[in-house]
Amino acid sequence: MTHALEIKGLVKQYQPGRPILKGIDLAIPGAGLTAIIGPSGTGKSTLIRCINRLVDPSAGEIWFGSGGERIDLARLRGRALRASRCRIGMVFQEYNLVERLTVMENLLSGRLGYMGAWAAWRRKFDQADIAYAFELLDTVGLGAHASQRADALSGGQRQRVGIARALMQRPPLLLADEPTSSLDPKTSFEIMGLLRDQGRARGIPVIVNIHDVELAKRYADRIIGLSGGQVVYDGGAADLDDARLRQIYGGQDWLA
Amino acid sequence: MSAPARASSAFRTGPATRVALWLILAYALYAASQLGFSWTRFVEGLGHGARFLGRMFPPDLSHRDDLADGIAETLQIAVLASLAGIVLSLPIGLLGARNLMPGPVSWAARALVSVCRSLHPVIVAILFVKAVGFGPLAGVLALVVSSIGFIGKLFSEAIEEISHKQVEAIRATGASFMNVVLFGVLPQVLPRFVGFATYQLDSNLRNSTMVGIVGAGGVGGVLLSAFQRFDYAFVLTILLTIIAIIVVGELAANSVKKVFHV
Repeated sequence: MTHALEIKGLVKQYQPGRPILKGIDLAIPGAGLTAIIGPSGTGKSTLIRCINRLVDPSAGEIWFGSGGERIDLARLRGRALRASRCRIGMVFQEYNLVERLTVMENLLSGRLGYMGAWAAWRRKFDQADIAYAFELLDTVGLGAHASQRADALSGGQRQRVGIARALMQRPPLLLADEPTSSLDPKTSFEIMGLLRDQGRARGIPVIVNIHDVELAKRYADRIIGLSGGQVVYDGGAADLDDARLRQIYGGQDWLA
Repeated sequence: MSAPARASSAFRTGPATRVALWLILAYALYAASQLGFSWTRFVEGLGHGARFLGRMFPPDLSHRDDLADGIAETLQIAVLASLAGIVLSLPIGLLGARNLMPGPVSWAARALVSVCRSLHPVIVAILFVKAVGFGPLAGVLALVVSSIGFIGKLFSEAIEEISHKQVEAIRATGASFMNVVLFGVLPQVLPRFVGFATYQLDSNLRNSTMVGIVGAGGVGGVLLSAFQRFDYAFVLTILLTIIAIIVVGELAANSVKKVFHV
């Protein structure tokens, strides 16, 4: 089976000689939710952002397979990079909605990669896209909020819009960078459930950075433990015992 | 250190601040002595002023045609200059934003804006009168330059203060740079832009009454010739009309801002 994403020897250093990612090798299959856990500052966010190139990797390869071809995302530039970003949905920790636009405009901004500026300026979105946006809003339970401004929503509602915006891209790969860190526990469960279910329904892989181990165990098909810029655990939720967690996070008082 | 001494040290001004204050005061006294002010002159001046004001009343309403023509031209200058200035300032302000543009581009744009801002509109108007001749064209061009100098800078600064998170999210969808600007940047700055633009219209209204004094069109020319004829009653009529227009302009600007929820 070919992988949706294959990362080889990925290195990222913001300052020369102090790499934050020290040669990551990972293969993500074509479906399932993969959770990346690890202590703060260990490069989880950097790893996710290297995939859609919001961060430029220092070395390594990121092979992305979709539509029958395989592309090394690490080497892309300009138009080719934007074309690949169109096929990678991303959900952010602080939702990153455009506050002063309506929920509908935020959703449809997921189609901007396919539009010229003149059409975007006049809000000339494809009719099929608009219909799909309403469908997605119903899916995430915000059907009645289409014309509300994003800054009028609660945190949980905003993150649902964030997920709908990413799904609007009809992406073969969905990334989520700490999608629940700004939410209360109940909403966190709902958001993780939504990410898992939407990934399953569309048959696409979902990669989620998360620092809540319990949430990861409950929703992930596979857990990757990152520590010190390296993969130190790669397996199922069942095998993630205290000894493994100590290895990932260090210390042990918090496990008692 | 004892407790009271510590308490008094909490808010003590540094010696540098005190020296600076004394220097400023000393310079002000020196400058006043150089310019030959005296109390007698001031008192005599008050008398002249009272006589001048007396000659203004009652306001002269007989040259209404001259006044109407001048005011109409002034309004046209202000509106045209504001429109052109705002339209040109948008791209220049965007180019000057250091968070979106590469260094050399934003440096060049900000240098252009600084040059536009460095000269007073009346001096720019004199330059344009020399270049394109007497008349409202010179006035419009002068006010376009000063508009760019003012709101171009404010636009750049507003763009530099936006939230990068929203921009990042639009970039992540694969949007082109222009689409990122349209959906990630503009919605964040639009209300402030409307505020700057109405402020600029207001200030262009005031400045357009002045460029006429140097022959660049508008009611300023009418005002200058009334002064030169010692026709102070007509001067008062012109001044009252200008004040009325500025007040109406400000009310209009406020209602525009309300529409855009600034």
